[in-house]
Amino acid sequence: METAKNHFFTDISVMLGRSMRHIFRSMDTIITVCITPIAMMLLFVYVLGGAIQTGTDNYVNYLLPGILLMAIASGIAYTAYRLFMDKQRGIFERFHTMPISRSAVLWGHVLTSLVSNAISVLVIILAALIMGFRSSAGILPWLAVAGILALFTLALIWVAAIAGLSAKTMEGASAFSYPLIFLPFISSAFVPTESMPSVVRAFAENQPVTSIVNAIRALLSGQPVGNEIWVALAWCVGILLVAYFFAMRVYKKRV
Amino acid sequence: MEKAIEVKGLRKSFKDTEVLKGVDFEVKRGEIFALLGSNGAGKTTAVKILTTLLKPDRGSVTVNGFDVTSNPDHVRQAISLTGQFAAVDEVLTGRENLIMIAKLRYLKSPRLVADDLLRRFGLTDAADRRASTYSGGMRRRLDIALSLVGKPQIIFLDEPTTGLDPEARIEAWKIVKELADGGTTVLLTTQYLEEAEQLADRIAILHEGRIIASGTLSDLKKLFPTAKVEYVEKQPTLEEIFLSIVGKKEAK
Repeated sequence: METAKNHFFTDISVMLGRSMRHIFRSMDTIITVCITPIAMMLLFVYVLGGAIQTGTDNYVNYLLPGILLMAIASGIAYTAYRLFMDKQRGIFERFHTMPISRSAVLWGHVLTSLVSNAISVLVIILAALIMGFRSSAGILPWLAVAGILALFTLALIWVAAIAGLSAKTMEGASAFSYPLIFLPFISSAFVPTESMPSVVRAFAENQPVTSIVNAIRALLSGQPVGNEIWVALAWCVGILLVAYFFAMRVYKKRV
Repeated sequence: MEKAIEVKGLRKSFKDTEVLKGVDFEVKRGEIFALLGSNGAGKTTAVKILTTLLKPDRGSVTVNGFDVTSNPDHVRQAISLTGQFAAVDEVLTGRENLIMIAKLRYLKSPRLVADDLLRRFGLTDAADRRASTYSGGMRRRLDIALSLVGKPQIIFLDEPTTGLDPEARIEAWKIVKELADGGTTVLLTTQYLEEAEQLADRIAILHEGRIIASGTLSDLKKLFPTAKVEYVEKQPTLEEIFLSIVGKKEAK
């Protein structure tokens, strides 16, 4: 036991190095997690944006939080895929018969997902800056935004872990992310919820994306965040705890 | 310690199916031990328990003097497993695969260890190619090389030659023999009688969750009535024909 614990950080850094190589060697991953959200942003700002009434003069500012959430949702689909492949190919078995920390194997994937999503979020923010995104927010609100996004990523990572570890096929492993990528459309991410018919509006206003988007938008524009941030945090922590519980059960049972 | 592995009264069920129904066997240090059985006999389950991947329901399993249930970390220090499907990271190159495992075994100079194993397994030329471009035989060689990183004392090979072409199979046999010559204990499972006959010092036949016979090849032969001398014209097997034709081609 001792050896395993002493080497936890060595193990986890080897695991991180390994999965980061996987990401940078896969054009497909880079396109999906960075280029697709930027293309969406271009489409919404320069094609559809002119017809969308948000009550703000800078639509990029309005749009960015939702685009970031979409990028994270598509990014964690690859986490599920990588977990699935490791299980399928017997890589987990190889690691688990070695005297290394068992949890490092799983946490390596979690850390990779956090790091890679942070990179794609940064790239997208840079693209948004070029397109005219401006924020008056200081260091603290930015840190709060980073915290919310990290918590959201972590919550979805465990959802991805359930899917990746219990899936029977590669398609099954990443299919769970489609509804997640779609959720921002039925939220305040692209248009104000007031413009929606009542049933849709009720759904939109009570699903996690809206509160997270509103909280981030308020933080970035220097507005008071009000209750929205607590609702957003509650959603993230709630999803995280439930998904973590089930993911660990699947991990212990199947791997 | 004389015994590398000791298994007593091992039982394991999955839901309602009893896969292992009381298995006993011992493996001596430095020998090649073959667990022979058809598909579904329970070979892989037995190997997974011996390598700490699964927990036994009942019975005692000792590997390198440590109990697999109460002391799995000590067991893991001494073993390595080459599973049924080559567990190599296909996105990484052969060299990166070896370096990764060397780092996880906390070796001092992972690069040198990798270079050495690449040379030993004839993978130096392919070292910097991604493992996904390797042939089945090369992949299996890399897989076995990964298992040798850090020189574990006991190596488990679960059907090491399943899915390999005849040449790659003979190559794998050669590697296993060299390992045993170097003092490593090898437990392998196989469904090929010939493989057990070629490689193993001792053989145990696992059938429907029980060991129904075990011993050296000559022990097992004694279970049959004494040999009658018969004169038969020996026809070459297709494998012998294949190998001799292929061998000729390569000689040219």
